[in-house]
Amino acid sequence: MTEMLSGGEILIRALQDEGVEHIFGYPGGAALHIYDALFKQQRVEHILVRHEQAATHMADGYARATGNPGVVLVTSGPGATNAITGIATAYMDSIPMIVISAQVPHDVIGTDAFQETDMIGISRPIVKHSFIVRSASEIPWLVKQAFYISTTGRPGPIVIDVPKDTTDPNELFEYSYPKSVSLRSYKPALKGHTGQIRKAAVAMLKAKRPVIYAGGGVVQGGAEEELVKVARLTGFPITNTLMGLGSFPGDDPQFLGMLGMHGTYESNNAMHHSDLIIAVGARFDDRVTNNPVKFCPGATIIHIDVDPASISKVIPADIPIVGPAKPVLTELHAALEAELEKHPIDQSSLDEWWRRIQLWRDEHGLDHDQRSRKSESGQLLPQQVIQAVYRETNGDAFVTSDVGQHQMFAAQYYRFSKGRQWINSGGLGTMGFGLPAAMGVQFAVPDATVVCITGEGSFMMNMQELSTCMQYALPIKVVNLNNQALGMVKQWQDMQYGGRYSHSTYSDALPDFEQLIESFGHCSFTARSIDELDAVVEEAFSPALKDKLVFINAYVDPDEHVYPMFVRGGSLEDMVLSKGSA
Amino acid sequence: MRRLLAVLLENEAGALSRVIGLFAQRNYNIESLTVAPTEDPTLSRLTLLTEGDDEKIEQVTKHLNRLIEVVKVNDLTDGAHIERELMLIKIRAEGNGHREEIYRTCRIFRGDVVDVTPDSYTVQLTGPTKKLYAFMRAIGETSILEVVRTGVSGIGRGDKILEL
Repeated sequence: MTEMLSGGEILIRALQDEGVEHIFGYPGGAALHIYDALFKQQRVEHILVRHEQAATHMADGYARATGNPGVVLVTSGPGATNAITGIATAYMDSIPMIVISAQVPHDVIGTDAFQETDMIGISRPIVKHSFIVRSASEIPWLVKQAFYISTTGRPGPIVIDVPKDTTDPNELFEYSYPKSVSLRSYKPALKGHTGQIRKAAVAMLKAKRPVIYAGGGVVQGGAEEELVKVARLTGFPITNTLMGLGSFPGDDPQFLGMLGMHGTYESNNAMHHSDLIIAVGARFDDRVTNNPVKFCPGATIIHIDVDPASISKVIPADIPIVGPAKPVLTELHAALEAELEKHPIDQSSLDEWWRRIQLWRDEHGLDHDQRSRKSESGQLLPQQVIQAVYRETNGDAFVTSDVGQHQMFAAQYYRFSKGRQWINSGGLGTMGFGLPAAMGVQFAVPDATVVCITGEGSFMMNMQELSTCMQYALPIKVVNLNNQALGMVKQWQDMQYGGRYSHSTYSDALPDFEQLIESFGHCSFTARSIDELDAVVEEAFSPALKDKLVFINAYVDPDEHVYPMFVRGGSLEDMVLSKGSA
Repeated sequence: MRRLLAVLLENEAGALSRVIGLFAQRNYNIESLTVAPTEDPTLSRLTLLTEGDDEKIEQVTKHLNRLIEVVKVNDLTDGAHIERELMLIKIRAEGNGHREEIYRTCRIFRGDVVDVTPDSYTVQLTGPTKKLYAFMRAIGETSILEVVRTGVSGIGRGDKILEL
């Protein structure tokens, strides 16, 4: 017997059949038929947010923590436009996401109807693909395609725009969900080219100064284990991009730390002086390369990426390999093992290379225990806060961040050991991402410790979600590095604009965070010194507060800068290492 | 370098806007664009004239291929190919001498007069872009009243075809 369902019911049913457990959304006129269909079922839990942007970041955090697409439901017009920043964030970081935007009915599309906006048009440059529903009967097929496209190849967000008439509860259609999907115009690479992989293996075994440069593609592709195997087999030094952190154990001696604008001295130097770079799931972002003309002058480039358009986009690849990180690294490992019988690794060159790296590390490597360091003003240092949180959580928490200095401090000093553990907006750099992303993670992994490292500027961009946290009892630990300014902006103004703080400070206009947080029924602590910090961090993560959202307001030295930092327009080895050293 | 790209595209609402959007978004240039359904009504074929060195065209091609609705992309300028463009041109033609001169030029270029008034001819002319320019020069700027061109369509020479 065939089931007869309305368009709204078909949509929800298709999501159920796709295995969706959570939808992050906000109702409104054009979405009400869909919301009524949601009301009549229990299999999908809908999370009511306070702002649609937060819904997209929650779905994004959910997706980054699990690898499964996050699902968003918003109404037409402002609901849809509010979702745009979150869609762009997911697009830039290749995160699978399905955004269902309600639309005004077909017969009024184009008439400037109430809450009408051209969502397909507005979202076009920031989605992997988008669909507009023409009839309820095509909803199952569109949903099936949306999930398939979103999660395969280079993942990304998909918008499904649903005109209200296609969800009419009075019009019923036969329901069946397609079992498989195949599109003649979309055939993502499933494995790499064997010949190219062998070529890469041979080049690797001939290298004297190799570096493995691994990015978010390794995390998204679930290829952490395969990456570690290749690194162990070769003994090559390895660095991560901001998006790749956690794909290789952060406290391992073979790990050079993050590279790029605020990368470690040893990783940026190793890259610059390398003769072979093995890029995996990384896209040579400008925050990594600095000036592309001066990038790694002596290096042969192996570039493994699932997206052919990423290869040779910024830096020409000598050995391009199109394919997902996991099968390519598996095959590369096998090819290396086979080639090793014929060409052993040039161990003496590699040892010499490690000696040079160790010198860089000894000279200016990051100090992972800054407890006893004193700032000029005697105030708490942001690095000390990250390190205290790292110790207290045994380096094991899911950590989300917002954007700015705190993000870089977290990336540098919380030494991630697993993929998906570090969740931040790398490509778009979206302030306001941290709290809702942490919420999405907490929904995905309810028992995990989820920490949101933020700054007061970013936090205030989406702090309305404290109310959502109250509603769903989300025990997130928010660590606010409060420097009473837009720290990264201020740092640039210090370094490049003669200390003219144009609209980057607001210290006399900040809320009393303790009162603010407590008014939402959460717990708040303040720390101003290292001793206070220790006590507060211990209490915040204590079993007694396991079920509570805890906000740590840590007043940190507003004059602290993030170092190392690129010299603008320079090569990777051109770094400012401390104030006054430029 | 001048490049002529042939693109097979799903014949769906919104597909063309993604192609055009891509060019705007990535700062690529479109000189001309023609598009219409093929013998298979589910497919449209675009001929897109652009400008760029090998590296740029490689990126353009890759990004076109990344669009879900793009089925196939081929750089026609890579090999032997035929290019044609259609022009409708309204020409001032007053007085016997002038009218005859215009008509003669038109025949030399194998154009067809498709509409006539006592003061003008409307001429249909097909050919490579260069030929259309040559015709316009021959007619002379002062006699040209209105020009409409379709943009270039292209197809590979020989047995090679662009198929799924």
